[in-house]
Amino acid sequence: MTTKMFGAKVPRVEDQRFLRGQGRYVDDLLTDDPRLLHSAVLRSPHAHARIVDIDVSDVLDVEGVVAVWTWDDLTGPMAEPLPLLIPHPALTHGRTQYALAKDEVNYVGEAIAFVVAVDRYVAEDAVSRIRVDYEYLEPVVGIPAARAAKHAVHADVPDNVGARMEQENGDARAAIAAAPHVLTLDLDVERSACTPMEGRGTVARWDPDTSRLTVWSSTQTSTGVRGCVAAKLGLDLAKVDVVTPDVGGGFGVKINHPWPEELLVPLAAMTLGRPVKFTEDRREHFISSAHERAQHHHVEVGFDDDGRVLGLDVEFWHDHGAYTPYGLIVPIITSTQLLGPYKPANYRVAFESLYTNTVIVTPYRGAGRPQGCFVMERTMDAISTYLGKDRTEVRATNFIQPDEFPYEHGLVFQDGRELTYDSGDYPASLVKLKELVGWDEFEEFRAEMAAQGRKVGIGLACYVEGTGVGPYEGAHVHIETSGRVKVATGLTTQGQGHQTAFAQIVADTLGVRFEDVEITTGDTRRMPYAVGTFASRAAVMSGSAIHLAALRAKEKALRIAAEALEASEDDLEIADGVVSVRGTDASIDLGTVAVLSNPLRYAFDEASKAATQFSIGDPGKPPVAEDDEPGLEGKDFYSPPRSTFANGMHAVIVETDPDTAEIRILKYAVVHDCGNLINPMIVEGQIHGGVAQGVGGALYERMAYDESGQLLNASFMDFLMPYATEVPTSIDIDHLETPSPLNPLGIKGAGEAGVIPSAAVFAAAIEDAEGFPITSMPISPSELFELRLAHADEPHPTV
Amino acid sequence: MKPAPFAYLRPSTLEEALAALAGEQGAKVLAGGQSLVPLLNMRLAAPSMLVDINALPDLGHVRVAEDGVRVGALARHAEVLASAEAAHAQPLLGMALSHVAHPTIRNRGTTVGSIVHADAAAEMPMVLRLLEGSVDVASVRGRRTVPAAELFAGPLESTLGHDEIAVQAFFPGLAPGAGVAFQEIARRHGDYALVGVAAHVETEGDAVTRARLGFVSVSDVPTVVDVTDALDDPAGTALTELEPADDIHATAAYRAHLVRVLAPRVLAAATDHARSRAGEAIHP
Amino acid sequence: MTTEQLHEVRLHVNGSVHEVRVPARRLLSDALRHDCGLTGTHVGCEHGVCGACTVLVDGAPMRSCLMLAVSAVDAEITTVEGLTEEDGSLSPVQQAFSDCHGLQCGFCTPGFLTTITAGLRETPDPTEDEAREMIAGNLCRCTGYQNIVKSVLRAREIQAEIQGERSRS
Ligand SMILES: Cc1cc2nc3c(=O)[nH]c(=O)nc-3n(C[C@H](O)[C@H](O)[C@H](O)COP(=O)(O)OP(=O)(O)OC[C@H]3O[C@@H](n4cnc5c(N)ncnc54)[C@H](O)[C@@H]3O)c2cc1C
Ligand code: FES
Ligand code: FES
Repeated sequence: MTTKMFGAKVPRVEDQRFLRGQGRYVDDLLTDDPRLLHSAVLRSPHAHARIVDIDVSDVLDVEGVVAVWTWDDLTGPMAEPLPLLIPHPALTHGRTQYALAKDEVNYVGEAIAFVVAVDRYVAEDAVSRIRVDYEYLEPVVGIPAARAAKHAVHADVPDNVGARMEQENGDARAAIAAAPHVLTLDLDVERSACTPMEGRGTVARWDPDTSRLTVWSSTQTSTGVRGCVAAKLGLDLAKVDVVTPDVGGGFGVKINHPWPEELLVPLAAMTLGRPVKFTEDRREHFISSAHERAQHHHVEVGFDDDGRVLGLDVEFWHDHGAYTPYGLIVPIITSTQLLGPYKPANYRVAFESLYTNTVIVTPYRGAGRPQGCFVMERTMDAISTYLGKDRTEVRATNFIQPDEFPYEHGLVFQDGRELTYDSGDYPASLVKLKELVGWDEFEEFRAEMAAQGRKVGIGLACYVEGTGVGPYEGAHVHIETSGRVKVATGLTTQGQGHQTAFAQIVADTLGVRFEDVEITTGDTRRMPYAVGTFASRAAVMSGSAIHLAALRAKEKALRIAAEALEASEDDLEIADGVVSVRGTDASIDLGTVAVLSNPLRYAFDEASKAATQFSIGDPGKPPVAEDDEPGLEGKDFYSPPRSTFANGMHAVIVETDPDTAEIRILKYAVVHDCGNLINPMIVEGQIHGGVAQGVGGALYERMAYDESGQLLNASFMDFLMPYATEVPTSIDIDHLETPSPLNPLGIKGAGEAGVIPSAAVFAAAIEDAEGFPITSMPISPSELFELRLAHADEPHPTV
Repeated sequence: MKPAPFAYLRPSTLEEALAALAGEQGAKVLAGGQSLVPLLNMRLAAPSMLVDINALPDLGHVRVAEDGVRVGALARHAEVLASAEAAHAQPLLGMALSHVAHPTIRNRGTTVGSIVHADAAAEMPMVLRLLEGSVDVASVRGRRTVPAAELFAGPLESTLGHDEIAVQAFFPGLAPGAGVAFQEIARRHGDYALVGVAAHVETEGDAVTRARLGFVSVSDVPTVVDVTDALDDPAGTALTELEPADDIHATAAYRAHLVRVLAPRVLAAATDHARSRAGEAIHP
Repeated sequence: MTTEQLHEVRLHVNGSVHEVRVPARRLLSDALRHDCGLTGTHVGCEHGVCGACTVLVDGAPMRSCLMLAVSAVDAEITTVEGLTEEDGSLSPVQQAFSDCHGLQCGFCTPGFLTTITAGLRETPDPTEDEAREMIAGNLCRCTGYQNIVKSVLRAREIQAEIQGERSRS
């Protein structure tokens, strides 16, 4: 019997090529093609301006420059605004940019002109020679300025409001009015960004011999890019292939599409008849790829003496930047996922999504959940402090109980479906977390540290994450006559180890050796129907689809094998790629079954000889039965009724330096429930990465815009992504595995979890150490110092 | 992020290098490139020519003599840091260098280049000033020695002429009875400091006869303040001469606060250091 | 604009000589990737901070994005492609990354591998703190560094095992 792969810590197959420097990322492609051209983009230096004139006359003098485009050179759909990918009825004033700015620029970094040259150096020389006359307009930067609406980002959008949306379950305001206790809180989160180590990039090649366009893009959705490229360039879908090569991290920013360059590169390749490449540099990534997170929240909460939330009323303002290509996904997620593992008796949430003259906002790992978690968990902490109760106790009082699943919140989620949790055991998670972090022993530790003049604090935060959103993913499984299994699924990979995890599923489902399975992702030539990799959905969606497709292939294999072995299908089993009749030594290789599945006219090798018309089949019947197909393949799609809901809880112990206000992490603990684990090693890796990204978001990283809309820290020198020395020295992880009833494998999703509770958990721990409320994240030592000054006159609260 | 075009020369003699610099107004010296190349890549600098001094002979030395440490223009931070002799002669070198960037940057960046680059956020320009060192400079016009006090003109601006090459920096050794200390606070490990403070203290018996503090990132040029007469409140005195400023990482008030936290600490540490060395000198 | 002067540069990389014709401004990282075809060296920032481009220059890790190709003529350069053993098997550091799940997207990995390879020569038996210090100048957005620190310690173990075998045989 094959050993079970599902659940095992299998080393990753993709590592072999990465470790040898043989990964193929988009900038590695076509490097030996002497015809390859490179590109650079002129980007707006102003946050808000009208373009009066663009003069490119100096550009073509530069030796090595091949072509330059401005909006004036675009025609047809290319001259129209970029698509608004996810329309929503509440998004009454959605706006998107043009591939190249038409009359106006709305953020520093917006693309204005596109230059193609023999190399990137020359392309940049040319960009610096383009002269643009601007008429300066007043910029709107930050949520307060957007709300004040003294100036408009878009002249035809009143008050800078792109969308207003409200949802309510029960009557929150009445419940608050009637509640024994009421608190109000104002809670802010600043802008940050995904910043994968590899920026965006696109390569395109037009093949005149076959009239086909191939586009390689560092994207989280090849099918999405393909659809956009075909539509914008006026090509039949069948003429466009989009392939996602190795991707150096995504974290959300590469799900937005098409980026201007994803269209301009193929346009240039077709126009010039030569392959063209765009590789975004780091500064460009900061000023022209998406950001996220900035939101201001106002909370009113009414609760009883036990801390049970009777009514919760949240209003918030979401800064979506200059345009809304990705619709309202982020604020809708905040507004729904804010609820976490809790069940407030009445809940109302309303938000405005606001325009500012800054880089666009699209989902960044967590996608609105970190903000929601911050709001809910700060509220739980405020209630606890107010009532003088242990913070875990108030949370436990508000938890949805294990016997209440499926739990309906009476709201609509980001996918347009009911917000209904599938499963979970929050009380059990809390017990584990308290143990893992030493919650009950903390006061002793605090006293010990205080005796040494040291200040420590502990915090926890809980979240629930809707994962595995639809609409669907598909998979195609092909068992070749060699017995090797080729699997394709359409969504893409950015480091999650899909080639390993998906192969584990196939190995188990099909009964083949793990080594014989090869997974392809993100290649529209192999699987043209797909959505993409985001929202922690890959394992749930493609994992399930692959399982189903493998079952189909298996069914067929058993049918053919039963015939060949003259046995009943029920008596067959498959292990290590061999079908055998249980309890006998009669067996047949899957490879041979594949041979039998495909009647041939021509023999081209030993295996195919066995499949020619003279060797197989009943001469009285058609070689391929009416309801059958040649080949040993299986194809299937998975489309769930709604999302699965993973959950987890983090706790952290921090030390704040009494003199320098530096913040040190002493202990970090995670309890995590993402259903059944395909590969615990990979899941833990995802958690590690999420936690580190969360540490960055909570303590180091922010987008520092000045009033004129210039991003002051558009480099790794000043955007402080943590090094190894800034993350916890260890992360203690405990898993709960509450299977999802919604999919055949019982899995949920794990990709985003690690980052969701960070702002909340650090704010809680710092507040606990310092004794005054922390209401705005991220927080730096300088800000903590300023807060200490502001609270210096207050009597020290009794903790 | 690619450099604009420039002419390039990789001379094998100092004379050749100096002549090239003299002949081209817009030429710049390329040493380790750890400050210059980022500026080129971001097109914040666009020299017409680079004179690469990496092939010049005899400039890689870290030479320790009675009077102090001489560091050649091609000695990398890492080489200076690795020299036990240099650390013995002037302990502040190692204390400060271990805070300069990360080891990979130190493998290429030169200590002399860092000094000439004259960044008020960099450790070594301040160290040279605090130690009252100097830089030997050559040009087609001849050679001169520039004392540290006359080296720094303004933010990222030294007093060297465009045709001059700094061939060597001189860090005086630590006298018996003198002590040094250094501490800095940075956002991330290896980053430029939010505030860094070094102290140089001279003692006679139990008495402190001279005490000076050097500051990183709290003014726009490397700044040294004499606090001999303000041993009780070194920070208060220093802050009258410093100009802490707001930036995206820290407020001016926080920087001033860090000066108040660090100044007494390093002063005390340097004083202890001085006394322990004096003790060693008496009881070898 | 006048034609940019090209320089004939002999780069010694991973034991082979690459003759390239490049302008003076060609960054070593670009020359390795685009002129020598050694795309294992990655570029993540081009201002010296991320470390993805780290290669060994005469054995010492340096940022190839902060060196000019013309300035690298006298040096022996080792890139990630040159780290594997002569028989094509993974080096102890590479193997350790595979054992410990020290990489996810793999983009930062070449810079870590070169840095650690040199680091273990200098500090063959690092403590956990020294291991962390060794990798402290390289950014990774995926792994949270936990398993990279483990990989450093695991590489030390593998090296010790190999040495043990060698001394026995
Ligand atoms: C990521 C990163 C982090 C860093 N962190 C720090 C830090 O924390 N602290 C710190 O102090 N530094 C830091 N640095 C800068 C580093 O120390 C540089 O190496 C140093 O500042 C400059 O030395 P260089 O040899 O690289 O000079 P180059 O970059 O080659 O030159 C710098 C300037 O000095 C001129 N120059 C250089 N040498 C001479 C000479 N001999 N004669 C005349 N002119 C000369 C050049 O023309 C140029 O204008 C960091 C650099 C990087 C990339
Ligand atoms: S690319 Fe060289 S350090 Fe980032
Ligand atoms: S593995 Fe992706 S950046 Fe390190």
